[in-house]
This record gives sequence, C-alpha cells and structure tokens, in this order.
Amino acid sequence: MKPIFNYIDRPSPIHALTGATKLCCLLLWSFAAMLTFDTRFVIALAVLSFVLLRLSMIRLSDVSFLLKLTIFFMLFNNLVLFLFSPQYGVEIYGTKHVLFGSGRFTLTQEQLFYHLNQMLKCFAMVPVVLLFVCTTQPSEFAASLNRIGVKYTVAYSVALALRYIPDIQREYHEISQAQQARGIEMSKKESLVRRLKSASAILIPLILSSMDRIEIISNAMELRGFGKNKKRSWYMARPFRAADWLSMVFCALLLAAAIILNIHNGTRFWNPFL
Amino acid sequence: MKKSPIVTVVAIGIGAALFFVLGRFVIIPSPVPNTNISAQYGLLAFMAALFGPLAGLLIGLIGHALIDFSWGGSFGGIWWSWVIASAVCGLIMGIGMKKISLTDGVFGKKDVLRFNLSQIVAHIICWGGIAPALDVLIYHEPTEKLVAQGLMAGVANIVTTAIIGTLLCTAYAAARPKKGSLKEEN
Repeated sequence: MKPIFNYIDRPSPIHALTGATKLCCLLLWSFAAMLTFDTRFVIALAVLSFVLLRLSMIRLSDVSFLLKLTIFFMLFNNLVLFLFSPQYGVEIYGTKHVLFGSGRFTLTQEQLFYHLNQMLKCFAMVPVVLLFVCTTQPSEFAASLNRIGVKYTVAYSVALALRYIPDIQREYHEISQAQQARGIEMSKKESLVRRLKSASAILIPLILSSMDRIEIISNAMELRGFGKNKKRSWYMARPFRAADWLSMVFCALLLAAAIILNIHNGTRFWNPFL
Repeated sequence: MKKSPIVTVVAIGIGAALFFVLGRFVIIPSPVPNTNISAQYGLLAFMAALFGPLAGLLIGLIGHALIDFSWGGSFGGIWWSWVIASAVCGLIMGIGMKKISLTDGVFGKKDVLRFNLSQIVAHIICWGGIAPALDVLIYHEPTEKLVAQGLMAGVANIVTTAIIGTLLCTAYAAARPKKGSLKEEN
C-alpha cells in the first residue's frame, strides 16, 4: 500500500528542524497568510514559500499530482466565486473600472484584482503545508504536538490514529471486497438510500470490530500503567537547536508584520485603485 | 458504566483513524456531480454517543485535520474553519446524546429520536453557522457562496448521519448484552 502522508526523506536543512518547530512555523505562517490580503505581502509569502520548497530538496515532480490538484481546485473555486458575486471586488475596493461587458457579469479590474489576491493567497499557503507534510515524519508529528503544549494523552491519541490508519484501511478493503462478492452495490446504478444502506453493510462490521480493538488496546495500555504520570518522554523527540529558534522567531515576525500591516492599512486589503 | 480515561484516549485515536479512512477512501457517489457523500459523520455521531462530547470533539478535530494534511493542503491549505466546525459538531452531538446508554444495549425509539435531533442541531449549527462565519473571517469570500457551500455540506451530512449513524447504533446496541439479562439460578 502507498504511504498516505507523502513523507520524503532527504538530507536538507528543513528536514533537520524538529517536528515541533515545523508545526509551530506552519501555524504562525498560516495565520499570517490568513490575516492579510495585502497583495505585496502575500506575493512575498508566496515567493518565499517556493524558495523554502526548493531549500527542502523536494522536487516539483515529487508533488506534481498535489500541485495539479491545487491549481484545478483554485481555478474551480474562483469560477464559483465569480458566478456567485461578479461585483464583489467593486464592493471591496469601492471603485469601478469596467473592462468590458454589461449587466450582472460586467468584468471589472477590481474583480480581477480580487481573484488575483485569492490565487496568490492559495500559493502563499499550499506550498508550506506541502513542505510540512513532506519533511515531517508522522511519528515525530505526534511527539511535537506534546512539545508545543498539547496534553500528552491527546498527542498519544494522534499517535494511535497514525499507527492504526493503515490497519483500518486494509480491513476496510477486505470487508468491502467480501461484501461486494455477496452482491453489494455502491455505484450510481443504485438509488441513494440503497447506496447508503450498502455502505453501512461494509461500515458496520468495520466499526464494530474496531470497538473490540479499542478494548484490547486500552487494556494493554492500562496494564502498562499509561496515564499514571504527569509527563512522558517520546522516542522521536529531538532537542531544539539554534536553527529551530531562528525559524520560529522568523515566522513570529511574519505574523507580527501581517498584523502591523493590517493596522497600518486600516483594512485587510491593499487598495491600488485609490 | 464508568469508563476509564484510557478508553477515551484509545477511542479518540481509533475513532480519528476510522474518520480518516472513511473520509479519505470511502467514496459513495451522490446525486450532485463531483460531490461525494461523507460517511464519516455517521461514525462521528456514533462515537460521540458512545464515548461522550470530549471524544466527539477530538475525533472531529484530529480526523478532519489528518484528512487535510494527507491531501498536502492542496485544496488551499488546511481548512481550519471546517476542521473546527467538525470538532464542534462532535462536541454538540456528544452533549445532546449523553442520555443514550448504548453500552447497556438500549437503543429504543426515544433514543433514535434523541440521537437524530442532536445530530441535526449539531450539523445546522456547524455547517450553517460556524463554518461560513469562520470562512468569511479567514477567506473573505462572498457570504452567499460560503453559506450555500455550508448548507450543501450540512444537508448531505444530516442525511448520511441519519441513515449510517442510526444503523450503527442499532447494530451496536443489538450486539451488547442487555442490562439485567442475566438471572441468578438456584
């Protein structure tokens, strides 16, 4: 089975950072990118995120499928946005420079600029998530959650989820094939209610057997004294180095810059039309 | 029955793994083109009824976040607004279903009603309220578009939860030994 989280092991400076650092940076970066619509800042973020992707030795061909998906989804989303409210840009920027057309679907410069902003924001966010997923080992991810202040029982739940996803996926596949051999139909040929009922015929054995699994695992953990102490150590945890602190400070500065820009501009948008 | 906190930790882990597998690999085509039915919310309601609101919250949060991470954020980054909505959905379901005691093998008509009322309320609050409201804040897209998106997801989720969730609870309760089903023999 193909691994689901797309971790790619390469000797790069980004891989050398601890999982906790990368998670922290991802959160700070996402908030910075979410907060502001200042085009200049978003362009800087987008360029920087591709530089980082380069630095991590992740080749575009490694993630080409996901990038294609991104572009497709982005274009589709912008089409829907335009169809829903073609004058939204005019509403935001307060001016109206008509390019061509008339009536509801008049194309304006403001609307195009709004779409440009939306697309740039997509490119400011997606590469960083890709970077995180491709350079962080899943089991280190759980350890890093505990590091940034999440309770260790919750972090352990995440670790358990990551551990059991492949098992459950395999079991789903087996049950599904067994039920299909008995004539269960989930495709478009059946009515919706019947489709859902046949899905249940696969899901019920899968989920009920998982309930037994919960009992077995929790008994095993209880016997080993899980949850007795306030803290626990992690096999995959690594100590912070200078590079870790530097990157966290850098991302915190990005977030601060986004907030300051918003206050300075008085709005979340940068308006070139005034 | 009092559950040990360890059972909750494991239930959250396995629940999130199930949520992930259902959300990522179980594809049931829906009548609307290019939209699939997400079976994972039936599971979420069932787990919330069985393990309580905290488990519901964390299964929704972890499961949904893992789905987004596994796509490498290719749908425009991690959709925190929808991840949070999933989490709150599990929380509200868990609170509304507290009185249901599936472990005792009871799931009568009243429980079916309670189960479905809680899930409908939870879905309406989350997909009609929380998700679009956060989307407006984060993505600054037209409100009508976001509400339409949220409502579409909400209605689909209510239908799947009603069918898959109810069937799951019935099957689980039927497989449990009934309370007081053992009699002392002389």
